[in-house]
Amino acid sequence: MTHFQGTLLIAVGVILLLVAVSALGAWLKLDKADGHPHPLIDNLNLRIQAWWVMTVTISLALLAGRIGVIVLFAFVSFTALREFLTIAPTRRGDHQALVMAFFVVLPFQYFLVGVEWHGMYSVFIPAYAFLFLPILSAVKSDTRNFMERTGTIQWALMVTVFCISHVPALLNLRIPGYEGRHVFLIVFLVLIVQSGDILHHVCSGICGKHQIAPQVSPNKTVEGFIGGIAAAVVLGMLLSWMTPFSVTEAALVSLATTLMGFFGGLVLSAMKRDRGVKDWGMLVEGYGGMLDRVASVCFAAPVYFHIVRHWWSVQAP
Amino acid sequence: MQSSEFLRRPVPEAASWALTRFTRLITGAQARWIGCAPVPVQRIYFGNHNSHADFALIWASLPAELRRVTRPVAGADYWEASALKRYIIHEVLHGVVIARSREEGGVEPVDIMAAAVHAGDSLIIFPEGTRNTTDDLLLPMKSGIYHLAQRCPQVDLVPVWMDNLGRLLPKGEIVPVPLLCSISFGAPLRLQPGEDKDAFLGRIRAALLGTRAAARPGEA
Repeated sequence: MTHFQGTLLIAVGVILLLVAVSALGAWLKLDKADGHPHPLIDNLNLRIQAWWVMTVTISLALLAGRIGVIVLFAFVSFTALREFLTIAPTRRGDHQALVMAFFVVLPFQYFLVGVEWHGMYSVFIPAYAFLFLPILSAVKSDTRNFMERTGTIQWALMVTVFCISHVPALLNLRIPGYEGRHVFLIVFLVLIVQSGDILHHVCSGICGKHQIAPQVSPNKTVEGFIGGIAAAVVLGMLLSWMTPFSVTEAALVSLATTLMGFFGGLVLSAMKRDRGVKDWGMLVEGYGGMLDRVASVCFAAPVYFHIVRHWWSVQAP
Repeated sequence: MQSSEFLRRPVPEAASWALTRFTRLITGAQARWIGCAPVPVQRIYFGNHNSHADFALIWASLPAELRRVTRPVAGADYWEASALKRYIIHEVLHGVVIARSREEGGVEPVDIMAAAVHAGDSLIIFPEGTRNTTDDLLLPMKSGIYHLAQRCPQVDLVPVWMDNLGRLLPKGEIVPVPLLCSISFGAPLRLQPGEDKDAFLGRIRAALLGTRAAARPGEA
């Protein structure tokens, strides 16, 4: 299959799927809900609208090429960081650390990804931001909850900037025989993780009985977990043609990716619970914030990146 | 923006439009009308005060037709200090500027505020009197709002609770961090016949905290 045919196939596939679910949503609204407000069906329709927006945005970014992808994920990071720090227990003394996080650390991380400085974007936040930001807070000599405050700022940067920046970093990998098709690595990751999320939701809704962590998220069930992961692995095998993986390899990569995605959603739910909020933001009315949508991608992206980098790419000299 | 108004005063109207957009963008705040609706009736909005941006946020959260007849009450010591601030408070925000301490000017602040209300305008006031930089949710209420309510007993007082603005731009900092803010409008109240100052200020305080609680149902 050529690059062009592959692109066409995936574009037509995704659009047909979206048209189909949009039609289903409209039919449910008219037939089952009689056009009246209905929490479940209205929520589904909001989700479908959000998928359209996501699909169009990601497609435009991919068409714009490398810079488009980097700018898109920098924006995703910015929005997610904003949501995370909004409910973080920071104090007046952390103001300069927060300014640095938003206006220096975030842009610089994406700059490093842009110039392909792998050695630096892998350690910049875990090492240098980690050491430098607490200094800014400490010199303000406000020690109340200091450990919790600095820990939260570092965690926010790790999950929303460091982890998410591994998605555009996929474009930096050098894979022999795969030149010019790197965007498919991103398409594959996003499709697998998002389908895992959706199918988990569907399976939980249909036959979910045994909750995994009821205190954290009542919607996450063993049945949804198995169904979501099985479906994502099958989808990964069907889509292996767009990746450098064989069918078996695609199954294993999809397994690792959806597992991380699932637990990412669980960890970020635990954080929301701790701070007493239901959603991370109001990006889409009734459908949570950016971080609610990308929680699973955050956890999946670095692991996926390192798997591909370790077993498929040629290390830069 | 009304076109006739825009043609008459293009610069202040453009500045007002830009300030509204900028405030909404940087705070990411969506107004939540919990205890009342954004309808064009005369009101005195009273809010918690953490930041200079408080004015701008309440003001920017009002629909345009309400914003045109709503005037923030501002301290002369800060807002009359430079030509730019004077321009913003008088021409853009249509503020009611009062001397914060009685010694500063001859006219009683409450007379100036009452005059604006009697002229038909709505007001934005901060009953704590100054910005709250402590860890407490609210400072003690000053008596100004009681005297104002005595003079205008027929006007609804609407509590406004704002979250996170103090973190967005703390006192003394220059660069704001783009944290998400929230703004909620609570249920109106009025001075009851025969109600004394302490009881009324207690209700004002309770109304602000009640609006805060109503805006976050998830918390115990």
